Amino acid sequence: MDAKIRLDHLSFFYGDHQVLEEVSFEVRANEIFGLMGPAQSGKSTLLKVLNRLSDLIPNARVTGSVTLDGEDILAPDYDLVGLRRRVGLVLSKPVPLPRSIFENLVLAPRLSGKGNRAFLEELAETSLKAARLWDEVKDRLHASALNLSGGQQQRLCLARTLAMQPEVILLDEPTSGLDPISTAKIEETLFQLKSNYTIILVSNNTKQIARATDRVAFLLMSKLIEVGETPKVFTEPKDQRTDDYITGRFG
Amino acid sequence: MKKELYIERVLLFLALSSIGSLVTITVFIFWEGIPLIAYTGLKNFLLSSHWAPTRGHFGILAMIISSVLVTIGALVLGVPLGLACAITLAEFAPERVKTLLKPTLELLAGIPSVVYGFLGVIWLVPLIRDYLGGPGLSLLAGSVILGIMILPTVISISIDALSAVPDLYRDGSIALGATNWQTVHRVVLPAAGSGIVTAIILGMGRAIGETMAIIMVAGNALKIPTSILDPVRTLTANIALELGYASGRHREALFATGIVLFIIIMILNLAASAITRRR
Amino acid sequence: MRLDPRLSQVFMKILLWTFTGFTLFILIFIIVNISIKGLPQVTPTFLLQDPLDMGRHGGIFSTIVATVYVTVLAILLASPLGVGSAIYLTEYTREGWVTRLIRFGAECLAGVPSIILGLFGFVLFVMKLGFGWSILSGGLTLAIMVLPIIIRTSEEAIKAVPQEYRQVCYSLGLSKWQTITRIVLPSALPGISTGIMLSVGRSLGETAVLLFTAGAALRTPTSLFDSGRTMAVHFYILAREGISMPNAYGTAAILMISILLINIVAYSLMQHLMKRYS
Repeated sequence: MDAKIRLDHLSFFYGDHQVLEEVSFEVRANEIFGLMGPAQSGKSTLLKVLNRLSDLIPNARVTGSVTLDGEDILAPDYDLVGLRRRVGLVLSKPVPLPRSIFENLVLAPRLSGKGNRAFLEELAETSLKAARLWDEVKDRLHASALNLSGGQQQRLCLARTLAMQPEVILLDEPTSGLDPISTAKIEETLFQLKSNYTIILVSNNTKQIARATDRVAFLLMSKLIEVGETPKVFTEPKDQRTDDYITGRFG
Repeated sequence: MKKELYIERVLLFLALSSIGSLVTITVFIFWEGIPLIAYTGLKNFLLSSHWAPTRGHFGILAMIISSVLVTIGALVLGVPLGLACAITLAEFAPERVKTLLKPTLELLAGIPSVVYGFLGVIWLVPLIRDYLGGPGLSLLAGSVILGIMILPTVISISIDALSAVPDLYRDGSIALGATNWQTVHRVVLPAAGSGIVTAIILGMGRAIGETMAIIMVAGNALKIPTSILDPVRTLTANIALELGYASGRHREALFATGIVLFIIIMILNLAASAITRRR
Repeated sequence: MRLDPRLSQVFMKILLWTFTGFTLFILIFIIVNISIKGLPQVTPTFLLQDPLDMGRHGGIFSTIVATVYVTVLAILLASPLGVGSAIYLTEYTREGWVTRLIRFGAECLAGVPSIILGLFGFVLFVMKLGFGWSILSGGLTLAIMVLPIIIRTSEEAIKAVPQEYRQVCYSLGLSKWQTITRIVLPSALPGISTGIMLSVGRSLGETAVLLFTAGAALRTPTSLFDSGRTMAVHFYILAREGISMPNAYGTAAILMISILLINIVAYSLMQHLMKRYS
């Protein structure tokens, strides 16, 4: 199976600070790939490199390569707008834009050229259904998105990403701070999305990783320690540090 | 992508407008005024009090002194009153009074200087003339009007400076048994020090740069004042009064006066910036 | 002998409140005086009639028109420049020598006294560029005067927009300019509009600048190149030449009311925009 995304000796610096050290692994198409590790290991930064949101970090420097379907996305004149439409990102804090629910969903699609009103309405409905938010908001699509609860807002952010019809979905600790029911809903959604998307899930919560991912990479202090099938890594970790992290000896 | 680059260029061009305007203004004022200073010599220009431009005398000493005196007078009046007001409003007044007074202060800050001058002529000048002597149009009148005019500036910036002092400082002092006033004058005021100094410097800048009100109440006489009841002409008044009909060297001299004023104000503003930055 | 701190507190409080009361008295006296003597003058005729006999009789219509023209021109010129500068400063550059230079320029510009601006406008626009005493000269000079205000308030407003909004927009594939125009600027609009209103308020009261750039013609200006007398300039002339006390008071009252109205409009506009975009 050809890798959807391949990282090869990826290192990331901002200023003198090195956040990622020679990280290499593959993410296969249509899998849920987990990225785990204690805080400040570089997981969020790695995600941001994948859609080059990392360019916004002051004094950012990258070495190594990251390929998407074989193309190196770190190339200087790579089409960033196109990249971000193919690789969507959901941040850890739900950030609804100060607009209506509907507007949140169709803002980006409309600006990428899909102006047809009927199409946009259908797109909104499909995305909301995929994110399992449709039933809760179908009667108030034009109400402000700021009035939704935390869990609903996060699902809206997921729907918003889906509305761009990406190929890859990146999620940075999407359920941190959410109640268990919202968390469960999102995890179920990811499972259903798997067949049509490639998903990378960053989480601080080892149990979530164990529940929800097919393969997992363990990042510790900017280095990749271990990568493999989730059940295998959790029952027979190859590295002692992985075992310590999973069993909670540190975290 | 190309469109984005183009947009960035345009915005950069727009952004340079502020520094561009400043440079243009500086260049023009100096360009028009330096020839005159070269003609009379810097010492003569600044240190002679003989101003008779139609006869070739271009000494602005009297006006420099008048500007300085009027500003000092304005500060003597405006700072204590303004500071007292700010302290009272920020530290001792109840919330409701504060919310009422802040918009009032903003409204007052918006009143044009000519209105202040006008009221000064109607109320203040006769008062001075009748009770203190002299023509009424005087250094004193100028100082008082300017002092009143800088009040909104001094008050609101001082209030901001005082409000910026964390409540932690006050609580700490009260917990040690100090009275409110002791807290204010030993803890809060020193902490707000640089902000208050900024307020004073900005007030000073406003006073020195004021033109219309001063013209209306200060008398515009061309001599160095010997008493506060003497009429005086400031640098700003000089420019405004004669620009309408000046030509040739005379006009150059007005620009030269502008140069002096400009330099003084720039120094004040840079001082204020330096102080705020040091916080 | 040290004074009991409670005693000195009482003393200081009395002193402070006296000073404050005195200050407030002066300031309120100003408002009341203008209102009492001036408001009776403010009749529809006063507002709609042109000044007659050099301002001795008649109203102030032509000055109102001149004021509006000059202010609108100044705002039309300064707003794109100011907001554009603010956008560039916050969105397109990092803190560095360029931003510091631009900000330094704006700060210094804000400190230039109005008479110097008047001098500048006079020599550049009226004389060298040949516009003469005109609405154009006045508007251009006024624009330079209010530019720093708009830059400062717009920059603050744009900076206040949460960084996460930008991250979300870029992640969705929006370009920088799309992000700015669709999300950042609308969110910053309340602050920007406040800055513009502040500029309008300052322009209304400005005399020294306009006296030497827009001139003092009493006729209603009909073109950009006509000279015009704004309300503030008219007031100055009436007061200084002692032409007509009642009319002077009336003009002053209108100026004060206009400034009050501007403040109110600014406040409600800000509230309205905040509701719409937040």
